[in-house]
Amino acid sequence: MATLSAAASAQRPARGRRKVSLRRQEALTGYLYISPWLAGFLAFTAFPFLASFYLSFTDYTVVSQPRFAGLANYAEALTGDDLFWGSLRRTFTYAAVGVPLGIAGSLACALLLNQRLPGTTVFRALFFLPSLTPLVALALLWQWIFQPDFGILNFLLAQVGIVDGPGWLSSIEWALPSLIIMSLWATVGGGQMVIFLAGLQGVPQELYEAVEIDGGGVWRKFRHVTLPMISPTMFFNLILGIIGALRVFTVAYVSTEGGPAYATWFYILHLYTQAFKYFNMGYASALAWIFFLILIAFTYLQVRASRHWVFYAGDRD
Amino acid sequence: MSLRRRYLLSLLLYAPALLLAALFMGPFLWTVGSAFKHPTEIYVFPPLLWPEEMQWRNWVEVWIQVPFARYVRNSVQVTGLAVAGQVLSTTLVAYGFARYRFPGRDFLFMVVLSTMILPFEVLLIPQFLIFRTLGWLDSYLPLVVPFFLGAGPFFIFLMRQFFLTIPLDLDESARLDGASSWRILWSIILPLSLPGLATVAIFSFLTHWDSFLGPLIYLNTMEKYTLPLGLRFFQLVADAGGAPREHLLMAASLTVSLPGLALFVLAQKYFVQGIVLSGIKG
Repeated sequence: MATLSAAASAQRPARGRRKVSLRRQEALTGYLYISPWLAGFLAFTAFPFLASFYLSFTDYTVVSQPRFAGLANYAEALTGDDLFWGSLRRTFTYAAVGVPLGIAGSLACALLLNQRLPGTTVFRALFFLPSLTPLVALALLWQWIFQPDFGILNFLLAQVGIVDGPGWLSSIEWALPSLIIMSLWATVGGGQMVIFLAGLQGVPQELYEAVEIDGGGVWRKFRHVTLPMISPTMFFNLILGIIGALRVFTVAYVSTEGGPAYATWFYILHLYTQAFKYFNMGYASALAWIFFLILIAFTYLQVRASRHWVFYAGDRD
Repeated sequence: MSLRRRYLLSLLLYAPALLLAALFMGPFLWTVGSAFKHPTEIYVFPPLLWPEEMQWRNWVEVWIQVPFARYVRNSVQVTGLAVAGQVLSTTLVAYGFARYRFPGRDFLFMVVLSTMILPFEVLLIPQFLIFRTLGWLDSYLPLVVPFFLGAGPFFIFLMRQFFLTIPLDLDESARLDGASSWRILWSIILPLSLPGLATVAIFSFLTHWDSFLGPLIYLNTMEKYTLPLGLRFFQLVADAGGAPREHLLMAASLTVSLPGLALFVLAQKYFVQGIVLSGIKG
């Protein structure tokens, strides 16, 4: 008896140890698989993140060592830099006009495609194709469409009676709207629309039938079933749309270079110029951090606000 | 609703659908038409919608006027390497997150997810300084190496989602047969994840093919330009001269757009799948 139980108790810790070592082996294998990301994250994300925070408090122009400058860069941005507030305003105007229009347009396209007309797949493809145009190509194609004298747009406007079409990209008033038009063309039928379409297909048919029984028409179905049911999708598109719009760079860099007269001088364009044209790395880092804080604050506010209008089916309260 | 009324209604819906299709396709058609014009047909009023005679030689001319072939080669090289690295590394990382238990796993995965909303503009300057210290400026390394190291949190997320749908029993029975973890990934998980791999490869390709800011910052030598930079360079050259160059610019821009369009036509399913996964489960 005694030997038996001794043998049993001797066996138990041994099995426990084996289990521990198996678990350790599993953990090691796990770490091994994620190690590329871990290394990349530390080297190219975590470290740069902290470094840019540090640099934002320094005076650094690459040629000399970074010199600590306290809050001077932030003060310069907020009070001394002529282009800071302007570029911020233009960037927000671009987002405030472009994003709602884009979302409305994408939703309209998705609603249309969701009617399951024969030929829907063809229409979906036709709507989607513009979003595949590389940004530099997009800017060049539209430069020619917007060309004031020989472009197609002013010609078409002339056909409907607007003889003196605007100068579009070369006009101070119209350059920003032109870029919005260009980006709408490239985004309305793209990913945003496909996401809406998937959201619409997830709306239970019974809900529509219920409205029908109550004698509700198309508008009430849309207002009281479709909109609440796709509000999470709307929220997702809104967040990504705003972040994307605030980061606008390439189309402006290629088609207007921020002009004319700084009319399309967006925030990231300003940051890029400070960093890689003038090599004001410290100042540009402060610009980057201000941008980051704005994005975080904005996203946070939207998440807060979403509690009042985003409806998650299955949530009860 | 009577059948007749429903039929009429659907006919009515074709009007906006066709209008939208025209709005989306019109700009393409105008630029395609322009790409085939004779130089004398460019600066004319009223504009010619379609050339009198298709100038196929425009598409050849582009390759002669700028080292377009070189840009294509560079872009293929950079994009190919970056896509390969990204598919490989994000797959391995996603497999680790999906199939192994280790301390801190859930926290680290949260970190992956949170880097999705981190604007890379914040990292741009220190990254530039790191690559400068490493002596990597004016080379393709900054455009390629990070993607071998798991850059692309969205792709990690997407592949992990795919792996999670594969039943664990398959792993278990393979393990009982003595298969190593690498072997399980290679011969069981991956063959079942081909749609996920295709989605990652396609979106990775589109991002890198389109990439502008990275090459703009890191590449100085003209011989090393990728297509987007080359296109931009061509635009500056074209603007400098007096003669109309728009037909060539259009041909060049459309050439750069072609791979993406072709990919969409060939693999539409994966586009929709990838976008939907990002939007619905994210």
